[in-house]
Amino acid sequence: MARQVVAFVNPAFVSPFLRGTSSLSAAGSFIVSRHIYDGTTPSSAARRCVHMSTTQAPQKKANQGRSKKSRGGSGKREKKSSTSPGLLRALQTYEPIIGMEMHVQLATKTKAYCNCSTKPVRTPNTNICPVCMGHPGALPVVNSKVVELAAKAGMALGCTIAQYSRFDRKNYYYVDTPKNYQITQDMNPIAQKGSLQLASSGKKVGITRLHMEEDSAKMQHEGAGAAGRLTDSTHSLVDFNRSGIPLIEIVSEPDISNGSEAAEYGQELQRILRYVGTSDCNMQDGSLRCDVNISIRPRGTTNFGTKVELKNLNSFASVQKSIDFEIERQANILDDGDAVQMETRTWDEKANETKTMRVKEGASDYRYFPEPDIPPLQIARETLEKWRKDMPELPSQKRERYQAEFSLSSYDAFLLSDDVTTAQYFEDSIEAGADPKQAANWIMGDITKVLKNEKIGLRLCKLTPKNLANMISLIDNGIISGKIAKDLIQELVLKGGVPSEIVDERDLKLISDPEVIREIVAKVIEENPKELSAYKDGKSRLFGFFVGKSLAASGGKGDPVTTNNVLKELLDD
Amino acid sequence: MSMPITCFVTSTNSISRFLSRPSLISRQKLRCCRSLRTTPRSSASRPINEIVQSIRSRETSASRLLDGALSRIEEIDPHVNAYLSVDVEDAQSQARRIDEQIARGKDPGPLAGIPISIKDNISTKGQPTTAASRILDGFTPAYNATAVQRLIDSGAVILGKTNLDEFGMGGSTEYSAFTETRNPWDLSRVPGGSSGGSAAAVATGMCMAALGTDTGGSIRQPASFCGITGFKPSYGRISRHGLLAYASSLDTIGPLCRSAEDAALLMQVMAGADGMDSTASKSPVPTFSAYLEGDLSGLRFGVVEESLASEVDTEVSNAVQNATDVLKSLGADVQTVSLPFLSHVTAAYYVIAYSEASANLARYDGVRYGTRAVDAQNSSDMYAQSRAAGFGGEVKRRLMAGTYALSSGYYDAYYLKAQRVRAALTNDIKKAFAAGFDALITPVAATPAFKLGEKLHDPVLMMLGDTFTIPANLSGLPAVSLPCGKTESNLPIGFQVIGEYMKDEVVLKIGHAYQQATLYHEMVPRAVEASVALSV
Repeated sequence: MARQVVAFVNPAFVSPFLRGTSSLSAAGSFIVSRHIYDGTTPSSAARRCVHMSTTQAPQKKANQGRSKKSRGGSGKREKKSSTSPGLLRALQTYEPIIGMEMHVQLATKTKAYCNCSTKPVRTPNTNICPVCMGHPGALPVVNSKVVELAAKAGMALGCTIAQYSRFDRKNYYYVDTPKNYQITQDMNPIAQKGSLQLASSGKKVGITRLHMEEDSAKMQHEGAGAAGRLTDSTHSLVDFNRSGIPLIEIVSEPDISNGSEAAEYGQELQRILRYVGTSDCNMQDGSLRCDVNISIRPRGTTNFGTKVELKNLNSFASVQKSIDFEIERQANILDDGDAVQMETRTWDEKANETKTMRVKEGASDYRYFPEPDIPPLQIARETLEKWRKDMPELPSQKRERYQAEFSLSSYDAFLLSDDVTTAQYFEDSIEAGADPKQAANWIMGDITKVLKNEKIGLRLCKLTPKNLANMISLIDNGIISGKIAKDLIQELVLKGGVPSEIVDERDLKLISDPEVIREIVAKVIEENPKELSAYKDGKSRLFGFFVGKSLAASGGKGDPVTTNNVLKELLDD
Repeated sequence: MSMPITCFVTSTNSISRFLSRPSLISRQKLRCCRSLRTTPRSSASRPINEIVQSIRSRETSASRLLDGALSRIEEIDPHVNAYLSVDVEDAQSQARRIDEQIARGKDPGPLAGIPISIKDNISTKGQPTTAASRILDGFTPAYNATAVQRLIDSGAVILGKTNLDEFGMGGSTEYSAFTETRNPWDLSRVPGGSSGGSAAAVATGMCMAALGTDTGGSIRQPASFCGITGFKPSYGRISRHGLLAYASSLDTIGPLCRSAEDAALLMQVMAGADGMDSTASKSPVPTFSAYLEGDLSGLRFGVVEESLASEVDTEVSNAVQNATDVLKSLGADVQTVSLPFLSHVTAAYYVIAYSEASANLARYDGVRYGTRAVDAQNSSDMYAQSRAAGFGGEVKRRLMAGTYALSSGYYDAYYLKAQRVRAALTNDIKKAFAAGFDALITPVAATPAFKLGEKLHDPVLMMLGDTFTIPANLSGLPAVSLPCGKTESNLPIGFQVIGEYMKDEVVLKIGHAYQQATLYHEMVPRAVEASVALSV
């Protein structure tokens, strides 16, 4: 059936941000671009599914599994463990050239060029105004927070921040682009020439540039058999809530050599941007999006091969798998003497392969030119200095410091600095006097275990860093045993409380008075005459039995050393 | 209904005396002109300021003033076609509100009750805004342009929307998709453009002032063709928020009025920074009226040599010569100055304007508002068909040329080179100002109003008419078009004063001084009066 696009537009549109009390008649409904016009308005079902469903859960698990593996810490990372023989063969013959383009939604309250909220809302076309709808006469005004976050992200990636930068128009017609041009930066991006170091190998991946731009609207392709895809759809719905949300695009040099390096690059970038507060960088929500450019060439040659673009990669696991798949696929094509086609491919999670999305017919001409509605951007030196001062310690710096200052292993340092919350918690407990190594063990061990079981994050942990330090000092000073602490940890994490007070209240202190212990031990010996005579007959292994019984009889509070000494004394009497 | 805005001056004799003697004007004659100013005038030739006073003092009312303008529209507009839409009820309720405020002792502001029309490429909330294009037929904006809102906040009554060349692209108002506006001085001629509707409406008293937009001369040229005062402010002096962009780096909103004094009053209200437009200047707004008074002694003007070259109509160059003589007599030092880059400005202007337009007009795609083709098979057909049906020929020509100029491989040769010419011209002009000139003088256009259809099929000829007005746009300078004479065939002639960037008040001061000494700005288009009489 021929597809048809027919008008369905609510022409009277009024912005909520404007003067007066006009109603926003487009609000709450999609702007519909109908392929087959049936005269109806968008169904309520359509309204409900503003945010297209994403099946992230399994990918996320795969992702986590992968990240653990690649965090092998000791430097001995099993990169090639999952490498198929086919990929190995391909890598022997060919050299992959891989570059990444990441789009990151900035964590601002309002959109890039207007005052609309960026808060996710379920109802389509509610966070909209004449500017982000491309209404006649509306002009963009740059949100200064966008510039700040972009510049800080650039600083965190070691880029040179341009004191003079400029916005440009990128012209192309698409229904999700209300002005039919995107306001982006072409010639003078805000940041250039940075790098990111991969922790596993120490390899530096160059950052070519970082620039500011705006997000497009969300399209939803509808109709029988469409299943959310354009192909076979009868009409499309457009939700402009996302239109104009600020993005930064970060383009890497083609320095990446394989799938796992790409995934590691992505994860480290995500970590850094979360650290500096650029974005929450959630791939599931689309606040971090990854595109990959990949070509291969015979090893030892210098001409670049034909580039394939990989899109719609929803997790770092997909990034890794799709790249490794693509290396093998392209190698097979070249092995057969054929040519790789210039195209955009997407990762099919179920089929575990990349599939053609669209074939590029020549290069598109975006007819970039300087955005005349926005004066060139000049950032005062003092402002840049202030932003630089605001820079937090970055993950790599923390990793190094934790190893040097606290003698932690690279693995522990990596885990503790993985996210800001954990790192802060760790540092706060040291600040409160905790021994770094013990604090690290508690955080990565029992505390994490309890939180995981309850499926909550460290933010909701009721055991404050100060109380963790308090608990560790109780153990260090021999006031409680490690066992008591382990028994208490679940309660402390979930309900809170000051460990020293709980120990006092519940009388959990270690008993180290030999006289008290002697009483307990004597009673245990008395109650076990059989074992006593067996021991006396030479079954010395039963000493352990008496230790265990005695400690149990003390309710775990008996000091093990004293108990040992007293037992020896009484048994060998 | 009685017409408060009846005709204007009785001084046509003195004006024709000027014309018959295109030489120096004696002090004596100037005094004679000034003395004419003391004769009582009708409301149309009275400064807006005075009319506002009489509304405030309840000598007259906003509603009465509006009724006058409305009945004038009823009589005259069928002959002139200046308006695309007039919302009578809405205007009446605005006027009533002003009168009520005054009755309650509240001051509605410095434009209390003044009926003002708005060029139809400026956004008016709840009033159709079409840019004279089919692609926006029936479109009603959700918001007021900042300039319009500031007029309303100052007590103005928004009367209606005036005709223009589609999206401001043209110099005759013939490229309107809806109607052909006629020059009230000679109904067989164009009113100029693209703000032709606004100019004709002001010239005929169908409103007391109007907003126009000026990208390459679109306020000044129709003002000169219709014998009124048209002011193009410095780029950024008035917010563009709500101006349906043609060429963003050149577009300005400005007033078309009877006099420089009126223009100053409107500027006072509209100028200034705006959070909705980051190209709007944040520099403080001067008190324009404070600059109006005083003579021109100590000021130095440069008549642009190249603008009085042979291709300029003799009647026009004579009138401009006379105007400079008046300025001299007012104490100014007038010399000639050369702008070598003038011959290149038209080409540069069109490359820049068309390129920007090709992106600015991309949003008219039929997806979110406006006309959409109904039987397209896919989205690219939908765009093509909607735009093919929605845009007129001239707009399409300009969009295609602009798209071409920005294409990969041509950008450097066209757009970038045009920007270099722009920079060189700006440098030329800067040098002139740095050499001590306070303003530059040129004709507004090389000819008076031409015949309808005369240049319609020769777009290049139409473009060349903009040579003298374009420099102010390319360099962002304030410039005023002032009536300075009539041709033997009774068509108005205007001359242009271009000032230094952000010295809008100086330009208006010069205009006011000139108009204090002359009466050309009080000339009346008799032709339309005659045809009204005929049709009655």
